[in-house]
Amino acid sequence: MKIPYYPGCTLSTTAKAFERTAMSAAEMLGFTMVEIEDWNCCGASFPLTQDNIMGLAGPTNVLIDAKKECLKEGYEDKVVTLCSVCFNVLRRTNYAFKEKKDKLDTVNFMLEKDYAADTNVYHYLEVLRDDIGYDVIKEKVKKELKGLKVAPYYGCFLLRPQDEVGFDDQYAPTIFEDFLSTLGCEVVDFSHKSECCGSYSAMRSPENVEECAYNVVDAAAAAGAEILVTACPLCQFNLDEKQESIKAHHSDATEIPVVYFTQLLGLALGMDVNDFKLDENRVNPLPLIQAKGLV
Amino acid sequence: MHAHDSHEVEVDEFIENITKMSGEDFSLCYQCGKCTAGCPMADVMDFPPTLVMRYMQMGLSEELKKATSRWDCVGCLVCGSRCPKFCNPAKVMESLRLDDIKSGRRQEEIEALPVNFLKKAPQQAIVSGFRKYVP
Ligand code: SF4
Ligand code: SF4
Repeated sequence: MKIPYYPGCTLSTTAKAFERTAMSAAEMLGFTMVEIEDWNCCGASFPLTQDNIMGLAGPTNVLIDAKKECLKEGYEDKVVTLCSVCFNVLRRTNYAFKEKKDKLDTVNFMLEKDYAADTNVYHYLEVLRDDIGYDVIKEKVKKELKGLKVAPYYGCFLLRPQDEVGFDDQYAPTIFEDFLSTLGCEVVDFSHKSECCGSYSAMRSPENVEECAYNVVDAAAAAGAEILVTACPLCQFNLDEKQESIKAHHSDATEIPVVYFTQLLGLALGMDVNDFKLDENRVNPLPLIQAKGLV
Repeated sequence: MHAHDSHEVEVDEFIENITKMSGEDFSLCYQCGKCTAGCPMADVMDFPPTLVMRYMQMGLSEELKKATSRWDCVGCLVCGSRCPKFCNPAKVMESLRLDDIKSGRRQEEIEALPVNFLKKAPQQAIVSGFRKYVP
C-alpha cells in the first residue's frame, strides 16, 4: 500500500527523528509513505479571520499537489501527515471550502487552478488505527513496552475545532490511549493532555511558553507519568526545551522526557534505538528506556 | 482613519471592522466566563476573552485599542471549544492583533527576535510566528 505523504516545513529538518521513525515503522507495518513530488509550506497556522483568503492559498496548493499523487496508479486516495498542525490546517482548509464555496472559487481564481476540495487528509495515527488496525500492530510488536508509564499529549490541533477537524472527541479522546495500549504501555491519563504547550508564542514570549509547558509537564508528573508522547514538532520542542528553565524557576519540577509517538512505535517494533536521535532531546529519554529494560 | 472624523465615527469604524474580520455576532455572548476559565493565558492577559467580548458589545474601542491581550493569545482555540453560545473569542483576538499590525499600532520587529532561538526552533514556530506577529 502506497500513501502520498506531506512532510511540511519541519519534518525533514528539525523533526527528522519523527519522520524517520514514522517511515520505517510504516514499512514494517505494510505501507509506504511516498513524499509528494512538489509541495510548499501549509502556513503552519489556519487563518482565523474571515478576510484572510491569502492564508488559504498555501494549503490549497498543497492539497492540489497531493491530489495529483493520489490519482497515480497504485496509490491510496489520501494524503498522510505527521505534524498535527499540517493536519489541522489542511483539513480545515477543505472544511472552509465546503462551508463557503465562494472562498474556494476565489482561491481557485487566485491560483488559476480548479481544486474541488476533494483531497482526503489523514493523520498517521488515523492510518494506523483505520487502515492497518491496532490488532495487526499488536501482532507485530516485538518488544512490549511493559511498565512504561506514558502520558499521551494531544495538544490543541489534533482536536480543535472538533467539528472541522473530526479527529477524535475533544474532551475524551482515545486514539492515542488505544495506540499506546497496543504497544503494551501503561497509559497515564492526565488533566493537561489537550492544554496548549505555548505554541508559536515561543517566538516572542518564552516566559509564556515556560508557564504553559510547566503546567503540562507538572500535571503529567503528578499523574505518575514517566514519559510524554506528542504528534507535533512544536509541542515536542516547547515541552522538552523549556524544562531547563522550568527547573530553575520551580524547585518542585520533575524532568520528564518528551518523545514522538513514532519513536515508541519504533521501539516496540524492534527498531534500533540509535536511529532515534534521542540525544537531540533536552531531557534524554535513554536512561529511562534502559532502566525499563527496553534496550 | 481621517483626523477630522468625529470620535463617534471612529469608534464605529473600529468595532465594525473587528466585527467583520472576526465574523462574530457579539450579541450572542452572555458573559458566562467559560472562555476565560479555559484560557491558558488568562492570568497574564489585561483583557481576557470574556472582557474582550464585553467591550466589543459595548463598543468601547479606545479601551480595546490599548489592550494587549491578543499578543498573549496562543491561538489554542480552547475558548471557542468551550463557549455554550458558539462564540469564538480566538477569532476576535486574531482580528484585533491583525488590526494592530495593519494600523501600525503594534508589531513585532524582526530585529528584536531572539536569533539563538530561531536557530534551533522548529521551522513551524518561525512560520506561524511570522504570520501572527509580523506585518
Ligand atoms: S464562553 Fe462564550 S458566552 Fe461565555 S463569556 Fe466566553 S464568549 Fe461569552
Ligand atoms: S485561543 Fe487565545 S483567547 Fe482563546 S483560550 Fe486560547 S489563548 Fe485564550
